[in-house]
Amino acid sequence: MAELIAKTALDGQRPATGAGLVLATLPPGPVWSIAPFPGVDLAPVLAPLGLAFPTPGQSSSAGDLRLIWTGRDQAFLLGGAAPPGLEAFAAVTDQTGAWAGFSLSGEGGEAALARLVTPDLRLAAFPVGHVIRTALNHIPAIILREGRAGFHIRVFRSMARSAWHELAAVLERLAARQAAEQARPVPTAPVG
Amino acid sequence: MRLTCPLCGPRDRREFTYYGAGDYLSRPDPGAPAEAWDNYLHLRDNPAGPTRDLWYHDQGCAAWLLVSRNTITHEITGVELVADRKGGRDEA
Repeated sequence: MAELIAKTALDGQRPATGAGLVLATLPPGPVWSIAPFPGVDLAPVLAPLGLAFPTPGQSSSAGDLRLIWTGRDQAFLLGGAAPPGLEAFAAVTDQTGAWAGFSLSGEGGEAALARLVTPDLRLAAFPVGHVIRTALNHIPAIILREGRAGFHIRVFRSMARSAWHELAAVLERLAARQAAEQARPVPTAPVG
Repeated sequence: MRLTCPLCGPRDRREFTYYGAGDYLSRPDPGAPAEAWDNYLHLRDNPAGPTRDLWYHDQGCAAWLLVSRNTITHEITGVELVADRKGGRDEA
């Protein structure tokens, strides 16, 4: 067997910046899909890890582990391997190589995402720890609000370059708009 | 137009794909007479008023939805998960 080298999508991609925002690739990490079998409650298996199976749009964290909702009766475990024995209660698959992750950090990330995503991702409607499955322009994406000024965006690995292009273009356009607004002459007060 | 996905909340119509009439959920038994299969496959009502359709939330949670709407007022009166209906989910 040939020796294979694990490479993340967009390996070596340097961060893109604009309008006070930084778009960067996420460091590689495990992604496990966990889909409980019909009628099975995973609470007794997940509780020792400090995790709970998330309700739609939510996530649960404990240390480096994070369980994010990704669909009906499905969640992704990030940051570590699935606990042994879980496969007796749920369909467990390693999807590490199937996803590409980006971080978008800085104030106003929701305004940047609003150019590509239809649901409201402002803090009031999409608080920290919430997760949403939606389309990033036409690209299926899982978006997690990591912090007040930070989002994690995951897309199918095959669409990583397109997603990066869309997001980087948004930063460029927001920066251009800011520059144009700063260059506009300041209106003078009417006389009298 | 928006559909309120029972899992994801209100979402833009572009996240969904239309499949067809809700009749597709009433599949005849394998041994049913040819008329029943003909009806299931080909014959559709065209109601003026309440009707039900199947939609797929492909750009969201990937759930199948049964949408109730009114063809006269265009009002959407309900969205439910097909999986929550009796027999709508594969049993283990």
